[in-house]
Amino acid sequence: MSGLRAVVRPTTAVAVVVLLALLPKLQLAVPGVLPGPTWTVGTLQLLALCLLVGALAVTYDLLFGLTGLLSFGHALYFAVGVYLFAISLQKWHLAVLPAALLTLGIGTVVAALVGAISLRVGGISFAMVTLAFAQAGSLLVYRNFGGLTGAEEGLGLSSAKLPGSLLGVANTRNLYWLSLAVCVLVYSAIAWLARTRAGRLMAAVRENELRVQVIGVRPYLVRLIAFVVAGALATVVGMGYLLVQGGASPQITTSSFTLSLLVMVVLGGVGARWGALVGGVLYTLLDQRLTVLASSHQIATLPAALRVPLSQPLFILGTLFILVVLFLPGGLAGLASRLRPVDPHDGGEAAHHELSYPAAMEDVT
Amino acid sequence: MSTVVLLAVTGLGLGALYFLVASGLSLIYGLMRVLNFAHGAFLTVGGYVGFTVGKHLAHGASSWPGFVLMLLVGTLTGAILALLTELLLIRRLYEREIEQVLVTVGLGLAAVALVNGAWGSDSQSFPAPAWTARTTSLLGAEIPNDRFVCIAAAVGVLAGLLILLHRTRYGLIIRAGVENRAMVTALGVDVRRAFTVVFVIGGAAAGLGGVLAALYNSTVSPGMGDALLIYAFIVVVIGGLGSILGSAAAAVGVALLQQFTNYYAVTGLGDFMVVLALALVLLIRPTGLFGRTA
Repeated sequence: MSGLRAVVRPTTAVAVVVLLALLPKLQLAVPGVLPGPTWTVGTLQLLALCLLVGALAVTYDLLFGLTGLLSFGHALYFAVGVYLFAISLQKWHLAVLPAALLTLGIGTVVAALVGAISLRVGGISFAMVTLAFAQAGSLLVYRNFGGLTGAEEGLGLSSAKLPGSLLGVANTRNLYWLSLAVCVLVYSAIAWLARTRAGRLMAAVRENELRVQVIGVRPYLVRLIAFVVAGALATVVGMGYLLVQGGASPQITTSSFTLSLLVMVVLGGVGARWGALVGGVLYTLLDQRLTVLASSHQIATLPAALRVPLSQPLFILGTLFILVVLFLPGGLAGLASRLRPVDPHDGGEAAHHELSYPAAMEDVT
Repeated sequence: MSTVVLLAVTGLGLGALYFLVASGLSLIYGLMRVLNFAHGAFLTVGGYVGFTVGKHLAHGASSWPGFVLMLLVGTLTGAILALLTELLLIRRLYEREIEQVLVTVGLGLAAVALVNGAWGSDSQSFPAPAWTARTTSLLGAEIPNDRFVCIAAAVGVLAGLLILLHRTRYGLIIRAGVENRAMVTALGVDVRRAFTVVFVIGGAAAGLGGVLAALYNSTVSPGMGDALLIYAFIVVVIGGLGSILGSAAAAVGVALLQQFTNYYAVTGLGDFMVVLALALVLLIRPTGLFGRTA
């Protein structure tokens, strides 16, 4: 059974990626979910956004789900990717590749510095310190120091420095494929990391820090590695986001953006990578489609008691989130594994959804 | 000199708002280990409900009785919201602290979105008694009177909390629970009653803070609670989670640091200094200035 699963899982993954890669060539229509057939520009743009946010949620899951670190500042590294990439292209006039390398380098350094400081405290204090650092980054963007970030208006991306294949409405599908590539890269990198010795240690630190110490490993270093890798990958996703969105807006630096990442991961299922991905995609789709729904004719004619809540996507998402936390621990991934027939060999990956909240340690043997 | 006095009193006014949010957060965290992300929403909803009542008072909106009524309504709104949150959401997830935090995150998002929908996303001007808009001369500085109202309210809440904590039986249970919850339970005291009490007190302080924040800013806006919440978190951590006096001291310190740096150095630098102060305090004293347990 487990041997079969070892074959089935990668096959499913490859099939999904191939299907996603073919979408711009297909004419699939999912009324109500997607704004149009899959080859249209609007739909591809939305799907690209979904894939990138999904990838970002997977990097957050590396912190929260795998390592058990509740960070409230993950938006910072994503924002470094978006803003620094934009600034090095627009203001410093670098070519794409040097700009990307510089951004990735600085994103990694920022993650290492913030991680090195904030990991000296644990639990809720850690959450607060990461929140504070991200808040400092957000202030930096909003206050427009040195005239680099454009404050509230954000930064546009002019075409001078970008290759022609990424420009124009006709090339939206190239951006879509780029997003898919970023998503696959981030997902595979984290999946690979989770299987290495370092990844096992991350899960071990989450479950029982003391025992990790006893076998002679410093939990601090393990956490720092997870923090830096998650930050660097978030920077990569941020660069993709800048290209797809064609600009940077300051909302992505705020703490509520980090909170929405938390919402995505919990919706999808903490500790299940594909759950986080699906959570990110679903959240983005819902957010976009509910915004369209909010301005629709059907909503406008409802009585106020229904119209007001239904016209606020965040109200619906927040409520949905509360319901998932209350009634569906393990999120979508937990639901899927409950619906599946029980497989005794499948204990490692799927069974720890509920355990992976750092407070729940009683199941460790 | 007059600038220093003006900055100091304005800073104290801001510190008063921080304290009103932070005191509840700190008590709730100290006793229940729940970091309440919905606390900003309690403040916002309290502020808006108080504001709406004020607007509907035909003549009394800018009179003193009208203002007192607004304060009371805001406080009551915060208390009721907190009561419902504790009974309907937090209690179900007893001893599952991460999930409790997650639920408050969801509630915060949903409640602020609802405020957005019900009252609109634009900020609206707040009807306040005429006296609060005038200034009083103090040591040569012209200080807006609303600062004094905020400070007086915060001092009142601080005194009330200290009396409650140190002079009543509930206070005894709360203090004991902050120190060692397991032992209090083992002695046969139902700590969960104290949870509800603490949550309601925190919500009431936040609701009061909502009306006062509206007075301080002279507007209400859906984002006002969450804007204060981040600094309140910083205040709570610097002061030491669970310590009321620590919160009060840290609130004043953080607000003054912010005001003076923003004025004398670069605008916006004060906010960075606060973050820096938090990092420093946590590195030197991870339990905060007044915190005892890790």
